[in-house]
Amino acid sequence: MTTATPTTLSIKHLSKSYVAGKPVLKDISLDIADCGITAIIGPSGTGKSTLIRCINRLVEPTSGEIHFEGGNLVALDRSGLRLARRHIGMVFQEYNLVERLTVMENLLTGRLGYVSPFKAWLRKFPEADIARAFELLDAVGLGSFANQRADSLSGGQRQRVGIARALMQEPKLLLADEPTSSLDPKTSVEVMALMRDLCHARGIPVVVNMHDVELAKRFADRIIGMSGGNVVYDGGPAGLTDDVLKSIYGGEDWLQ
Amino acid sequence: MSSTAVQPPAPRVAFRTNWWSRAAWIALAIYVVYAMSRLEITWDRFVLGLGNGAKFLDRMFPPHIIQPDSLLKGLTESLEIAFLASALGILISLPIGLFAARNLMPVWATWPARAIIALCRTFHPVIVAIVFVKAVGFGAMAGILALVVASIGFIGKLFAEAIEEISLKQVEAVRASGAPFMSVIAFGVMPQVFGRFVGFATYQLDSNLRNSTMVGIVGAGGIGGTLFSAFQRFDYDFVCAILLCIIGMIMAGEILAQWVRKVFLERGKVDEE
Amino acid sequence: MSTTLVPDRIDAKTWTRFTPGQRFARYTVYFALVLALVVSARSVEIIPEFLWDAPEQMQDLFKRMWPIAWAHYPGGVHDALVETLHIASLGTLFAVIMAIPIGICAANNVVPSKPINYLAKLVLVASRSVNSLVWALLFVGVFGPGALAGTLAIAFRSIGFVGKLIGEALEEVPRGSIEALQATGSPWLSILSKGYWPAVEPAFWSIVLFRWDINVRESAVLGLVGAGGIGLALNAAIDLFQWDRVAMCLFAIFVVVIVAEIVVTQIRKRVL
Repeated sequence: MTTATPTTLSIKHLSKSYVAGKPVLKDISLDIADCGITAIIGPSGTGKSTLIRCINRLVEPTSGEIHFEGGNLVALDRSGLRLARRHIGMVFQEYNLVERLTVMENLLTGRLGYVSPFKAWLRKFPEADIARAFELLDAVGLGSFANQRADSLSGGQRQRVGIARALMQEPKLLLADEPTSSLDPKTSVEVMALMRDLCHARGIPVVVNMHDVELAKRFADRIIGMSGGNVVYDGGPAGLTDDVLKSIYGGEDWLQ
Repeated sequence: MSSTAVQPPAPRVAFRTNWWSRAAWIALAIYVVYAMSRLEITWDRFVLGLGNGAKFLDRMFPPHIIQPDSLLKGLTESLEIAFLASALGILISLPIGLFAARNLMPVWATWPARAIIALCRTFHPVIVAIVFVKAVGFGAMAGILALVVASIGFIGKLFAEAIEEISLKQVEAVRASGAPFMSVIAFGVMPQVFGRFVGFATYQLDSNLRNSTMVGIVGAGGIGGTLFSAFQRFDYDFVCAILLCIIGMIMAGEILAQWVRKVFLERGKVDEE
Repeated sequence: MSTTLVPDRIDAKTWTRFTPGQRFARYTVYFALVLALVVSARSVEIIPEFLWDAPEQMQDLFKRMWPIAWAHYPGGVHDALVETLHIASLGTLFAVIMAIPIGICAANNVVPSKPINYLAKLVLVASRSVNSLVWALLFVGVFGPGALAGTLAIAFRSIGFVGKLIGEALEEVPRGSIEALQATGSPWLSILSKGYWPAVEPAFWSIVLFRWDINVRESAVLGLVGAGGIGLALNAAIDLFQWDRVAMCLFAIFVVVIVAEIVVTQIRKRVL
């Protein structure tokens, strides 16, 4: 969906090298439109995860610009970055819940950027936040789990909590770093469907990186193929022919 | 969304209040107030002391070695006490620890061994030193004996625990070959606990070194005596010098112990694999 | 040594270069140990007459200790014993209050600043290197004899222990959940209270209980240098050669220490 909808996120000439002289991302430029799921696919070690993490600067970009909500994220100082991150939700491969907190508390960590540390410590969250947390819990099908500890949940349930936590932020953009890689195939589909439905209803664009091409084709509105730190494909799922896949992953034995 | 799960119960509480933990915090707060009033710990006393502390520090610096002979003698004696006590303590605690291991020994052996270990562990080495000063007179001997007791308590306990955690399969394999009891210990048990044994032996040497600088306070030899008498004469600059020497010695000991552990535990790791 | 032969052989194959070095290091340690022992044994001052006399003296001592002066407990020991417990508990509490910020500063993942980490670690090492009796001597000098000096001695000795373990526990917190909180734009303090704290809470209580147990033992001696507690009663009895009262004090210490240990193990088993 590279139609002329207003762009939410605009990445310009982004490069990242962990070791000087060995760039993982090579001069990437991308515009993410105002809705729909954008899937980034590509072989392991090609910088998909680095790209996603550069957007909210969990990984510091080496050079380039990332424009979001009218500002350049790369140029922000610590407190500016913190305020900007409040508008970017993130879902992780290993769920990254705080294991010893309850599901409800995990959801409310999505509001920590808005609540003073002292009030957060006393668990004095605004009524509206708590009401919305219950709403989201119902939406992800975990309505009765509010007071259960996160470490008592299954992988699929944890990832639902992860999605709900990200949506608690009322984000303008959702990043998902391999959200289904630790889940079984059935749960993966359920989680992706959940993410698509919830974000579609709220008009939140999603950038997700995944290694499962079929899953990407099924759920993504736009697919970005990466190889060796470069974008080699950018288009709809229909255009993802075997030739394109070969150019992304190399070789052909793995294609049926 | 496949599983629309169970319908949530009617009253929805975001956080369950943990009354137990609240009660515990309140109890703690009450206790603190009570205990502080009993010990007569007040802010005024504290502030008053801070003024004293400034004077005290002023008198401590610069450190000054008034009696170099006595300092040197005290330090060497502390070292000697620590070495001998560790060696003797480890030697004695090995059989006691072995006897206390419940997976290898019958009850009639573990019970008295455990009682000895508990008794040795209970008392601070300095208190034990008091008793030995009475028994063998002032001097290093009392210190050595006190630290031997401490070592037995510590190493005996850990050694017994280490043996209790070993895999009995290996022991059984050696037993099955018809080996006599001592060989079972030497080939079935010792190799399995050697790595950890080095760990706590060096730890004990370290700990004995620390305590050997203290037993002198009650007359059981070492630098502690020099330190205490300097205190009582208000020679705070000498006190400061002695303290710096003790800290230096302990830190050197700690580094040395770490190095020894590294030398031996690399092999210990290979053993595990 | 049937079981160690095999690893040694693996050693030889993969680490040929290091094996002689390791051997050398090990023999150096053995040699140094034996040398140290021999030198110590030969030069340490032991008066043989005293040693031969020891069994007799010990017997005499135990004879004087028995029967234990039970009657002395209500008047002379009870208050001192309770004071000892207060010193241990309050000392642990003060230590924990001071150790938490220092421990946080020592953990590189929480405070990513090497100079602050090193400074915090230096404070922790300094606290641990000074024995609680020495701390007690210093605080008796500053605050005068009494329980205040003892409490502070226990507190300052414990800071290093508690702070070091808190720092290590914090450094072991998995990065993932912390990263997730950072990604929500949480302020540092909230990440601390909602990310790090839940993860280290069990370790924290375990450390506190462990140290309290040690402090009960340690606070019993502080009285020997005038810093309050049962050590004072013990010292007084020793100075007056009232060995039956000494036995009473020792027995009281024994019971309290054992009870403290049982309490700690039970709490650890049930709650943590």
